[in-house]
Amino acid sequence: MSLELKQVTKIVDGETYIYPTNLHLEAGTFNILLGTTLSGKTTLMQLMAGLDKPSSGEIWFDGANVTNMAVQKRNVSMVYQQFINYPNMSVFDNIASPLRVAKMQHGEIEKRVGDIAEILQISQMLDRRPSELSGGQQQRVAMARALVKDSQLILFDEPLANLDFKLREELRDELPRIFSERNSVVVYATTEPSEALLFGGKTAAMYEGTVAQFGDTGEVYRQPRNLKSAQVFSEPPLNTAVVHKSENVFKINDDVSWPVAKAYEHISDGEYTVGIRPHHVYPHRMNDEHIAIEGVVQVAELSGSESMIHFTTLGNSWVSLSHGVHAFAAQEKTTLYADVANCFYFDTDNKLITA
Amino acid sequence: MAKITLSNLRHSYLQNPKDDADWALKKLDLEWDDGGAYALLGPSGCGKTTLLNLISGLLTASHGQILFDDQDVSLLPPDKRHIAQVFQFPVVYDTMTVYDNLAFPLRNRGIDEGTVDRRVREVADMTDLTSMLTRRASKLTADGKQKISLGRGMVRTDVNAILFDEPLTVIDPHLKFQLRSKLKELHDRVNRTMIYVTHDQTEALTFADKVVVMNMGEVVQIGTPVDLFERPQHTFVGHFIGSPGMNVIPCEIHDGQAHLSGQRLETVNKSSASTTGAEIGIRPEFISFSDHGLPVKVVKVSDSGRFNIVEANCDGYKIKLLLEEGAPIPSEDAKIKFDPSSTRIYVDGWLSGLEGTV
Repeated sequence: MSLELKQVTKIVDGETYIYPTNLHLEAGTFNILLGTTLSGKTTLMQLMAGLDKPSSGEIWFDGANVTNMAVQKRNVSMVYQQFINYPNMSVFDNIASPLRVAKMQHGEIEKRVGDIAEILQISQMLDRRPSELSGGQQQRVAMARALVKDSQLILFDEPLANLDFKLREELRDELPRIFSERNSVVVYATTEPSEALLFGGKTAAMYEGTVAQFGDTGEVYRQPRNLKSAQVFSEPPLNTAVVHKSENVFKINDDVSWPVAKAYEHISDGEYTVGIRPHHVYPHRMNDEHIAIEGVVQVAELSGSESMIHFTTLGNSWVSLSHGVHAFAAQEKTTLYADVANCFYFDTDNKLITA
Repeated sequence: MAKITLSNLRHSYLQNPKDDADWALKKLDLEWDDGGAYALLGPSGCGKTTLLNLISGLLTASHGQILFDDQDVSLLPPDKRHIAQVFQFPVVYDTMTVYDNLAFPLRNRGIDEGTVDRRVREVADMTDLTSMLTRRASKLTADGKQKISLGRGMVRTDVNAILFDEPLTVIDPHLKFQLRSKLKELHDRVNRTMIYVTHDQTEALTFADKVVVMNMGEVVQIGTPVDLFERPQHTFVGHFIGSPGMNVIPCEIHDGQAHLSGQRLETVNKSSASTTGAEIGIRPEFISFSDHGLPVKVVKVSDSGRFNIVEANCDGYKIKLLLEEGAPIPSEDAKIKFDPSSTRIYVDGWLSGLEGTV
C-alpha cells in the first residue's frame, strides 16, 4: 500500500505553493513532513487527501490514479491542529460516528471505540459532551474519531501543537505504537525536529514549497543533502559561517582556522559554508581539537539541566546548547569552542560536500 | 515596582463550594520579591491562569488577600493595581501605527509628548520594533503583534509587575525561541517583576529565577530551575520537569533502605518506617549501563538527535535512560546502575524525610 506523488505542483494566482514534487510513501511507517510554518506541509497534505487538486502532476494510491477522485470517495482520515468535534453528541457518539455511517455492528463499534479511547486516555469521558472537556481532551476525541475508522490514508496536520508539553510527550510515545500494527499510509506534519526524530520513520524536510530531502529520518538528520535540509532539521538553528579553503587549511578569519581533515583534502580550494549544530559548540573547552572562537553573549537561557547561550560572533548569531548550568551576563565577551570534527560543509550552491 | 504577597488565598468559581474539587485554587501563601522573574508552571487546569488573574485583578478572590508592598489591593480593579498584562493573543489597535500603539498607555495618562517619544523609542529598541514604528499594526505578523503587546506592557514606568499568560502560544514555532530569549533579555535589562504562566517547561525554566510548580489548584514546589531539576520534592515535579521526566519505580523498604529487584540501592535519603507507597525517583540522565547492577532488558531505542532515549524493562517496570549520541547501547540483556547522589526515596509521592509542606 503506497501513496505516490508524481511531479505534483500547486500554483495559485501565479504564486507557486508547491514546486514539482515526487514522493513515494509506504504503509507501516511514519512519514513525516518536517518544516516551518508556510513551508508547504498543509498544502501538500490537502493535495494528498484530495481536498485540493494539483495544478499539474498525478497522485496515485494503492496502484490507482486518484488525482481526480473527490475526497469523499477516498479512504482517508485527517486530524487537524484545531480539533473539530460534534458539539451536541457525547464523546462516545463522536468517536463512533464514522463507524455508524459505515453501518458497523454495535458490539464491534463498542470495542473499537473503547480501545481507541483507552490508548488516547479518554475512557473516563465517553459520556461527556466536548464542551465539558479541556482543549487537550477535545483534540484527543478528534484524533480518536479519525483513527477509529482505520482508513488507508491517515493525515495528521500538527495535531499535538495545541497540547500541553507533557501530554505531547506522552502521546508521541503512543502514536507509533498505534500505527505499527496497521496497514495504512500515515503522514504526519510537524515543525519540530525533535518530534520527527522521536517518531523515526521517514522524513521529508520541506522548505518554501520544496522537499529538500526525503529519506530515513536519522539519515536526513545526519546527512543533510543541502543547507536547507540541515537548517530545517536543526533546533535551535544551525550555526553557519563562510569559510575559505586554501591548501589544507579552512579559514574564517585570521583568528579562526583549522586544518582540513583527511576526508576533505580532495575538495577544491574556494569558498564554502560551514554548518555546526548548537550542541557541538561549547562554552568551555572540552577537547584539544576544538577551535576557539570569540563572541559576545546576548542572553544565556538556563533550564535546570542545560544552557542555551545566544551570542554574536563572526558577523552572525550563534547558539551553543550544552549540559549543565553555565551562566553569563549580557554583553559579556567570551570564548566558545567549536567541534569542527562534527560539522557540515556546503558549496556555493548550498549542496553538502561529502567526505 | 512592588513586593507581591498572597495571603491565605483561595478561589472557587462556585457560589457554595463544598469539597476539595470545587476549589480552583486551594490555600496559597506566597511572596514575590521586587524585580524577580517568576514562572507559574503546570498542566492545563492546574490553576495557574486563575492565580494570574487574581494577581492582576481580572478575578476577585473568594477568600484571602493580595498585597502590593503591604497595601491590600484585593478589591482593586486591574487598572488601579498598575499591572501590565500580555495575553496569549496579541492585543493591538489594528488601525494605529506601531508607534501610536506603544504610545497609547502613556498618552492616556497625560504624559508629555517628549517623554512619550523617548520611552516609545527605548521600548521599540528593546523589542526590535524600531524599523516598524511607522507601519500600521495590522500589517505585522503574529509575533510582531505580540511584541507590540509586550512593548505596551513595558512602556509605563509605574508598573508594579508584568504578567504573561502563555504569550508564545500564537508564535511560529521556529520563531518561538527568539521571542522567548528576548523576554529573558528584557527582564535582565529592565529588572521589573515579571510573572510568566506556561505549561511549557522550557519556557518556564529558561525565563524564571524561581518557578512555582502547580497541580490541581495547589503549589507543589517552588524553586530555582536547578532545584526543581536536581531535587524534586514530589514525584509530580520530577515527572513534569525534564524531557523525558524522572523515572518513578515502586520499591521495597527494609531497614530504611530501598530495594529494587532484590538489590539494595544507595540513595540520598532514607525512609523511616512503612514500606507501602515507597518509590524510587531517578532521572534518565543519571542512569548508566554497567557490568554490575540491576538486570534489565532493553526494549526500545529512540534517536533524539543529540541523545538516545533507551527504554528498558526491569521486573515489569519501565525505566528510561538518556545517553549521549554515540554512546554504546547493549542490545537486549543488560545491567544498569543509578547515580546514588541522584537517587531518592519518595513515599506517597513526597520526598521521604520531608513533612510534605512546601
